[in-house]
Amino acid sequence: MTIRLMQGNEACVEGALRAGMKFYAGYPITPSTEIAEISAIELPKVGGKFIQMEDEISSMGAVIGASLTGLKSMTATSGPGFSLKQENLGYGIISEVPCVVVNVQRGGPSTGLPTSPAQGDIMQAKWGTHGDHATIALYPNSVREIYDMTIRAFNLSEKYRTPVILLLDEIIGHMRERIEIPEDDEIEIIDRKKPTCSPDEYKAYEVKEGDIVPEMADFGTGYRYHVTGLVHDETGFPAGATKAEALIRRLIDKIEDNKDDICTYEEYMLDDADIAIVAFGCTSRSAKSAIKSLRGEGYKVGMFRPITIWPSPEKQLEKLSKRVKRIIVVEMNDGQYFLEVDRIAGKNTLVEKYGRLNGEIIPPHEIISVVKEAYNG
Amino acid sequence: MATTTTVGLKSHTVEEEWCKGCGICVAFCPKNVLELENEIVVVKRLEDCIQCGQCELRCPDFAIWLGGK
Amino acid sequence: MASTLVKEYFREDKLPHIWCPGCGNGIVTRAIVKAIDSLGLDKDNVCIVSGIGCSSRAPGYLDFNTLHTTHGRALAFATGVKMAKPELEVIVITGDGDSSAIGGNHLIHACRRNIDITTIVFNNNIYGMTGGQYSPTTPTGDKGTTAPYGNLDANFDLCELTKGAGASYIARGTAYAAKQLEKFIAEGIKNKGFSFIEAITACPTYYGRKNKKGSAVDMLQTVKESAVMDKAWDRLSEEQRQGKFKIGSFHVEAKPEYTEEYKKLIASFNKGEE
Repeated sequence: MTIRLMQGNEACVEGALRAGMKFYAGYPITPSTEIAEISAIELPKVGGKFIQMEDEISSMGAVIGASLTGLKSMTATSGPGFSLKQENLGYGIISEVPCVVVNVQRGGPSTGLPTSPAQGDIMQAKWGTHGDHATIALYPNSVREIYDMTIRAFNLSEKYRTPVILLLDEIIGHMRERIEIPEDDEIEIIDRKKPTCSPDEYKAYEVKEGDIVPEMADFGTGYRYHVTGLVHDETGFPAGATKAEALIRRLIDKIEDNKDDICTYEEYMLDDADIAIVAFGCTSRSAKSAIKSLRGEGYKVGMFRPITIWPSPEKQLEKLSKRVKRIIVVEMNDGQYFLEVDRIAGKNTLVEKYGRLNGEIIPPHEIISVVKEAYNG
Repeated sequence: MATTTTVGLKSHTVEEEWCKGCGICVAFCPKNVLELENEIVVVKRLEDCIQCGQCELRCPDFAIWLGGK
Repeated sequence: MASTLVKEYFREDKLPHIWCPGCGNGIVTRAIVKAIDSLGLDKDNVCIVSGIGCSSRAPGYLDFNTLHTTHGRALAFATGVKMAKPELEVIVITGDGDSSAIGGNHLIHACRRNIDITTIVFNNNIYGMTGGQYSPTTPTGDKGTTAPYGNLDANFDLCELTKGAGASYIARGTAYAAKQLEKFIAEGIKNKGFSFIEAITACPTYYGRKNKKGSAVDMLQTVKESAVMDKAWDRLSEEQRQGKFKIGSFHVEAKPEYTEEYKKLIASFNKGEE
């Protein structure tokens, strides 16, 4: 077993390399820059490629271009850079090109609080690019989980042929923790399914019986196909409005219909809980600490932590809403994920929000006060 | 579709469904071989054609070329 | 039915194309294909990337690995493709607005890296797809739907721009002199580095109508008469240059190519294992 002291952003690169990342394009931005720096050091050592592009838009474009040749590709950014990624993120969604987009969040809007933590990009991760679409976004809460979730982000992107967003907190991205590097038999690596048919028979966007997504040929392997951001049919060529509904529906359904596979979550002391805290990332760590104290005082409180934040674990949240008296969504924003939890759980139980916008982590004692107030107030 | 006109060893083909009748080939043909009829190019005087290929070179619609189908 | 060239290199079932009658885009597209044909490139190893706009529709008609991307971003995607798989011959088809307005930043940085991509700009001096708005190459004073009283902007000389930015092959040709254009494109593809070919073409539908430039034939005739080979250009007085533009292969420079340099970097880590 290998044990290392590692920073969150470093664990992200280590996980990516373990997953098979061979291409990284990015642009410097705090607090994600270490991901680019470490990728620049490590990729050429393993025959991979690193390029610092002229901006965030081109980084996202380059990542998609590289992935089309068959390389597992990643980019990382923060707040304002994530806004710039959205254009080509939408392209990746409609053209079904696997890639991983890391957003080490910081306070916004705009330049905001460049070096302070925030959880303000929850809704941007879901709806940042225009048009209807489904999103996969993962939200780890420890250095080890960043490692694991980066691998998982690659796996999900390859399996579902879509960009996968990894939302990190600045405070974990920059924190050093002891992590046990998993052995090979403890991790799963998924690669995209490539066509076995001849190039003549290949339809680039046809989903075969029993498959979730179309088989994906690498550029330059004899399958000369067309990739476009326009609505297209199963051949990949522009098809106009008559094909739009079927295409967009398929792109949404391939994710929504597979939530049982995609969604992961943690339930902590919920069995007998009256109050459930919903929290993710660094906030979930404060919540866990608060819950331990509160339990010591006899408060029946637990936590539901979505690790897959999009699509949200709807079934589990709904079940939870039927057995607790109150849900408090604690997040470092003005109530973004609260909107989603309230949508799912609001019909069954009281859903409240507790958030902040000052670039400081929500400490356990504040969560303790909030819970006590809910109990006694 | 497509019509091939042949005179001796010379031939010219026009894909009428692609021709948009812009007249570029007609205007730049050095031997005045081509004409537009109902906004489609027609090979009128192939006997005068010197097979220079300028029509094919500048047809924006790939609708005219030297040789057969 | 189609010519041998079209059968070999085009997706025949996608034709006729969407371009207007007399649009020069088809002429330039054919010149690109002829250049590829003249070099005997393997279709499987050619990747054609475009952005958004009239010209950027070209790859859909061509039987290669084709990538129709977002507005202005063709070079960003192409950079990813070329970096990831340098053995691919990467060709970018773009328009004047696509390459020099929204994509201007990507253009200068691709030049600066001297990455082995050949970019052909279909310069028709207008945004055609959106209906005739003025672009960075619309001559000052000319009209567009968004320059109803005449364009106040100064226009770019794209060849000078890319020279300043570091491209290693630069040429300007025209849709009229399509044979010569084909030669420039072939030279650009052969150049190991960033090649920039500006193809002067005509948009009779929007630029032509708005500026009373006559029919497609008239416009191509004007292109023919206004284009002056660089050697002859040098002998013209300022007065004689009015209303004319320079064509030719302007700049060839041997300098390190980006993916080759990266390959060396990777090789430096493998030395110990050999």
